[in-house]
Amino acid sequence: MNHRRDGILTPEEIEGQTPPADRAAKGPVVVVECVERIPCNPCVDACPRGAITIDGDINDIPSVDHERCNGCGLCISACPGLAIFVIDASAAGESGAVMLPYEYRPLPREGEIVTALDRGGEPVCDARVTRVLSSKALDRTPIVTIEIPKSRIMEVRHFRRKDPSR
Amino acid sequence: MRISEHPILEFERGREIEFELDGRRLKGYEGDTIAAALHAEGTRVLRRSIALGRPRGFFCAIGRCSSCLMTVDGTPNVMTCVTPLRDGMRITTQRGRGTILRRAPEGVREPRPATEDLGHVSLAVVGAGPAGLSAAIAAGRLGVESTVIDENDVAGGQLIKQTHMFFGSRDHYARTRGIDIGRELLTELESLPASLLLGTTVLGHYADGTLSLLRDGRHFRLSADCVILATGASENMLAFENCDLPGVYGAGAVQTLMNVSGVVPGERVLMIGAGNIGLIVSYQLLQAGADVAAVIEASPEVGGYHVHAAKIRRAGVPILTSHTVLRALGDERVEGATISRVDERWQPVEGTEETLDVDTICLAVGLTPNCELAFQRGCEESYVSELGGRVAAHDADLATTVPGVFIAGDASGIEEASTAMLEGRLAGLAAAGRLLPRAGRERIVAMKAGAREDLRLLRAGPFGEKPRIGKGIMFDRRRDDEAGER
Repeated sequence: MNHRRDGILTPEEIEGQTPPADRAAKGPVVVVECVERIPCNPCVDACPRGAITIDGDINDIPSVDHERCNGCGLCISACPGLAIFVIDASAAGESGAVMLPYEYRPLPREGEIVTALDRGGEPVCDARVTRVLSSKALDRTPIVTIEIPKSRIMEVRHFRRKDPSR
Repeated sequence: MRISEHPILEFERGREIEFELDGRRLKGYEGDTIAAALHAEGTRVLRRSIALGRPRGFFCAIGRCSSCLMTVDGTPNVMTCVTPLRDGMRITTQRGRGTILRRAPEGVREPRPATEDLGHVSLAVVGAGPAGLSAAIAAGRLGVESTVIDENDVAGGQLIKQTHMFFGSRDHYARTRGIDIGRELLTELESLPASLLLGTTVLGHYADGTLSLLRDGRHFRLSADCVILATGASENMLAFENCDLPGVYGAGAVQTLMNVSGVVPGERVLMIGAGNIGLIVSYQLLQAGADVAAVIEASPEVGGYHVHAAKIRRAGVPILTSHTVLRALGDERVEGATISRVDERWQPVEGTEETLDVDTICLAVGLTPNCELAFQRGCEESYVSELGGRVAAHDADLATTVPGVFIAGDASGIEEASTAMLEGRLAGLAAAGRLLPRAGRERIVAMKAGAREDLRLLRAGPFGEKPRIGKGIMFDRRRDDEAGER
């Protein structure tokens, strides 16, 4: 398994958890990048629609009902592994969006242009920050939405601020 | 350098104070330890080794390894990593063994000759980390009064530096950060019949059940019907060229420095070990504003959870499996590190050497259980490599071979805080079972079964394999021994 060698998930390794190809075009939907049997289940409790389930014991890998998920993102900051993202390709035009957990300071400002990074930390493209959620309910795991080309929404999982000092 | 803004923590610094290092005036804050204040001012060399005069910095930052000894106000061999900084302190870099003054300087108390007696308690818990606090809470909920003793001035053990959310289920504090779990446990303990003796080191644990304690230079004696040892673990060292240079720190020390003292350990760090601790501390270093040059791991696979690895990978930190550190570079402090690939037999591969520009090397290469107090009491020991080496033999109730003495948490086998809390609960229940009248015991048996089932579930996955096997070996041995005794 590639991720055990270098920490990077390949598309094949998350195939089972990826929403169907046309699902993101209908609206925001969750991608749970949790592929190992570890004892953990807060994502199940976090989902108000019961879209995330863990069938057997607490070590089992969560499964997602992508039709039931409405991409609300409540599970993003509930995941202790920061392994949950929401992708959205429903807007008209070429732009899609990724919502991701961001536990760094200073937080980016809405409208800021940042560098979008893939799972290996490699720059993919520029991205525009469209929303920064940082409420008390998120318990110090803010959720940042970035706008990127639709073709990149299964690639981009982090971003770097261009001027981290500001 | 001090951390100014942090995504998880807020550092409330005390009053600014002045102190002297080798005659030089420096500034620190009330609430700093001496070592943290010196580190924030850029001082990494704290003493010179006895035989070769090599520079020494701190290593463990929890008052165990003796690497940080300095002379403070004339007193040599002060553990600066746990000693609070005071206004006007005069600190000198120690050479050799230090000199003990013939007469105590004015204001320094002479040791008292007599040991004061603190009397008898039904339950003494040594260690106020996740296991110890959970033990006292479990016993307290059943009405058993306990005295919890910890050498640190703050309770919570390693929880006070754990900024990440815990895994598990709601019952195991999942989704809650370690720092907050520590606070929750303390709040509950305050509502129960328990007293907390902080800043108090347990020096001895004698055959008659007496504990000898040291607090503020005074000796105390305490006896107890039951003792729960939740003494945690110590960081392992790794031998490589120049591994004694200041700037080679244990992962726990790095966590203490950045998450408790609010001081960045270095600008650019090499992490050794890709188990959960190495991965988590690397992430915390990024959050503290440091750069992590790489995480290297001798085994061909990442040892920790993928989700921890993924967080630092997407932030651009390389994880190099099948790699080891050959040497630290620098004369007085770490100025770089040479790493290399290793082959299937863990031998460095010639021609794959690479030099990294780092000022800190962080070791996350495992822990060793602290069982000294159990062995001194006469508890039998057992070697189980899956548990971290020599541990006090114990059964599924965490009972050692000495009736009334229990061991829980990392001290009974290296694992993590969620299971430490459950083990603590189990030991607390088992101790209560011995102390309470027979009438209430049925309830306790059911509660113990619940805790054991929770432990089984947390250890059921692939990452629970080591403790699952280790505890299995341990319990089998104990059962065989008991059968032999009958």
